[in-house]
Amino acid sequence: MNTPNEQSQYKSKILETLLTKATDVVIEDTLENGMVLNMGPQHPATHGVLRLLINIDGETVIGCVPELGYLHRGYEKIAENSTYHEFIPHTDRLDYLAPLSNNTAFALAVEKLAGVEIPKRAKYIRMIISEMARIASHLVAIGTMAMDVGALTVLLWSFREREKLQDIMDLLTGARFTTSYTRIGGVASDWTPQCTAMLKDFLEHFDENLDEMERLLNTNRIFLERTEGIGVISAEQAIAMGLTGPNLRATGIDYDVRRVFPYLDYENIDFNVITYTEGDSLARYWVRCDEMRESAKILRQCLEKMPDGDILAHDPKNVLPKKFDVYTKMEELIHDFMLVNFGLNPPVGEVYFSVENPKGELGFYIVSDGTGHPWRLKIRSPSFVNLQSLPLLIKGHMVSDIVAIIGSIDPVMGEADK
Amino acid sequence: MIPDYLAEFFGNKFIGYLIAAALPLFLWILPYALYAVYAERKVSAFMQDRIGPNRVGPKGLFQTIADILKLIQKEDIVPASADKPLFVMAPYVIFAGTFAAFAALPFSSIYIGSNINLGVFYIMAVSSFSVVGILMAGWAGNNKYSLYGAMRSVAQIVSYEVPALLAIVSAVMVIGSLNLNEISEMQTAYFWNWWIFGGPVVGIKKFLLIIPMTIAFIIFFIASLAEVNRTPFDIPEAESELVAGFHTEYTGMKFAMFFLAEYGNMFVVSAISVSIFFGGWQSPFGYLGNSLGISWLIPVEQVFWFLFKGSLLVLVQMWLRWTLPRLRVDQLMTVCWKYLTPYAFINLVLIGIITLF
Amino acid sequence: MIEQYIPLILAILIALLFSLFLLKASSWFGPQRPNPEKLSTYESGMEPVRTARERFSVKFYIVAIMFIIFDIEVVFLYPWAVNLKNLIDLMGFFIIAEMFIFIIILLAGYLYLLKKGALKWD
Repeated sequence: MNTPNEQSQYKSKILETLLTKATDVVIEDTLENGMVLNMGPQHPATHGVLRLLINIDGETVIGCVPELGYLHRGYEKIAENSTYHEFIPHTDRLDYLAPLSNNTAFALAVEKLAGVEIPKRAKYIRMIISEMARIASHLVAIGTMAMDVGALTVLLWSFREREKLQDIMDLLTGARFTTSYTRIGGVASDWTPQCTAMLKDFLEHFDENLDEMERLLNTNRIFLERTEGIGVISAEQAIAMGLTGPNLRATGIDYDVRRVFPYLDYENIDFNVITYTEGDSLARYWVRCDEMRESAKILRQCLEKMPDGDILAHDPKNVLPKKFDVYTKMEELIHDFMLVNFGLNPPVGEVYFSVENPKGELGFYIVSDGTGHPWRLKIRSPSFVNLQSLPLLIKGHMVSDIVAIIGSIDPVMGEADK
Repeated sequence: MIPDYLAEFFGNKFIGYLIAAALPLFLWILPYALYAVYAERKVSAFMQDRIGPNRVGPKGLFQTIADILKLIQKEDIVPASADKPLFVMAPYVIFAGTFAAFAALPFSSIYIGSNINLGVFYIMAVSSFSVVGILMAGWAGNNKYSLYGAMRSVAQIVSYEVPALLAIVSAVMVIGSLNLNEISEMQTAYFWNWWIFGGPVVGIKKFLLIIPMTIAFIIFFIASLAEVNRTPFDIPEAESELVAGFHTEYTGMKFAMFFLAEYGNMFVVSAISVSIFFGGWQSPFGYLGNSLGISWLIPVEQVFWFLFKGSLLVLVQMWLRWTLPRLRVDQLMTVCWKYLTPYAFINLVLIGIITLF
Repeated sequence: MIEQYIPLILAILIALLFSLFLLKASSWFGPQRPNPEKLSTYESGMEPVRTARERFSVKFYIVAIMFIIFDIEVVFLYPWAVNLKNLIDLMGFFIIAEMFIFIIILLAGYLYLLKKGALKWD
């Protein structure tokens, strides 16, 4: 890939795929009738640096080849050279619209590997932050989808709501965006009564504000026409493509990791798994809207049920001690030194743990050789897998539908490129 | 009439006409375009729970002036692969097309750039002149987004021209004139005499006319939205699909010209609606000048009412832009050819039957 | 009456001069530092894949043809519409009926276009 010759060969290979293999629709004209358009990486509608090579005839898309990798940072390799704790900040940058959820997922995976049992309060805090992240991420998803089809106002309204959540995150974690909030064995700081007050205040108005937002779109004839029947995928195809999350549930399959493989304390929480059967862009939008309501329901229950107690497990070999103890106690100082420099001590083995992220099933597959670093860490990022279905969804639709479809799939390139 | 007065004042017809033609540009279009951009930003901010521009000058009033000053200082880039003559000419064509329309707008009973008998027809003709400019801009850039924007734009403007013209023709059947000043004069006295309310017609015919006239106005308004590329018909510039549509490759002042022309066009189509359906420069309820006995106040009031009504319709266009998503190109064509055009024809027949009474 | 059109021509000239002034002003105040990268065509930050000057979809041209047909017909309606009031006094229902026949012929063409699928985009 370094010499210009190889590059041009690579390019022509892409072109060849476009013009021959990817075009199942037969162009009856013997002469070349299509045009190859580059959409992305620097394009307003590709949600980051997704690149789409699309072959279009007039307004109709004949073929589409998504190209990833413009935001590749090699996180899986970085993980092999960092301790488990060091990798937590990197998880913020996966799905940067829901960093708290990623933090939780990674911490849970490592805890499963190391066999750490976390206190109940930490579990509830993690559930709260995961659901907050879900609402925040879905708000962006419906906002940007509406923006892609041309309704800019919804985006600003959804960001207004999201801002309230960001304030809570700011208060809780000290950062709005790159939170790095979880620790192996618990969370970094305690949930305060002020957080509860703010969250309650948010939840009080959330349903009504969401209704207001939906009123702009749900009964809007143009929005419905633009999304209904666009990018339809059947349940079988969705499973074959490995879709997860709202995109899968929009096809009628009630697969939700929270329900199927309950983690944290989700089995004690009452919530519905939202499904729609249409499998089009509109259904994906509705799933997200309804899921936000369910998340709000979960948040209310969590606030009610949250017990008092510790927020970090007591496991000196694996869990970082409290800062105060490090400064005052010899044993804690030694543990802290060992944990920071050499990492925790998981057993040799491998573990896969997945959670329901806003975008879908986020899984961490960790192979441990007993040292403080993972021997191999594989991230099953939902955006990456969901993007697989893009050529299938787009083919045969029009240029304007591309943006509606990308918006409804809701990829985050930080996650897709890892 | 001011043009004649100016001609007499200078003793030379040519100079009089020159000044009369230049007046709208410097007195109205430029300030209007600057403040329409500002208003759009404030309107959108208001609708989106934001503050909007508030840094340059009090309440951000000088924001657009600052923007224009900034754009003047920008580098003027002509892409290497562009068709240079076309690329450079396009902004002129669009700007001139927009401005030429202003010269035939009746701002008041005594002020109209040129009181031609074909006023409506002339304005429709020159404002669709911008199609040529758009096609030139889109083709010249050698950019696929531009080309798509231009093609969509032309298909759209050209299609919506048909229902717009039909809506006007059905109104003209009752009005019986294409002279904008005459049309405005007819709708005198009070708002009940506006053509959208049946005009200065007496008897049952007036009541019969209200519905077809309203339909004609709605058709014309929708079509005019499409002609000025406003949401929900902004697919030529659809920023989430085509980046910036036909002006993707333009920078600096050339881009600003497209921008000014767009806002100018918004007022032109609103002004046609106002002149034909909403009484033109007529006040909806008598003149202050009449009741006070100050005769020179009347034309001033007329200018106010004309600009007020026109700006109100521009405001409606902005309101729509920040509320509605945009259509897809095939839906756009369906709306035009399968709904608006047949409805406009039916409306035409309806008005034709009513005129027999 | 032809005299009345002089201001219109002048208006176009003034607009052209004014825009010329604006563009000149930008060339006085603006920098001129071109480089090959800057002058390249924008295509989402990548090198353009082939050129834009290729065969283009015929659908847009069909719309243009439809426009020409209908626009000319509508233009024929204008002189009739303007004089309708006088003509009704003169000829009564006949003048309306005549135009209806014209419109019906137009509609026939319109229906033909619809049947032929001139508006199908997929």
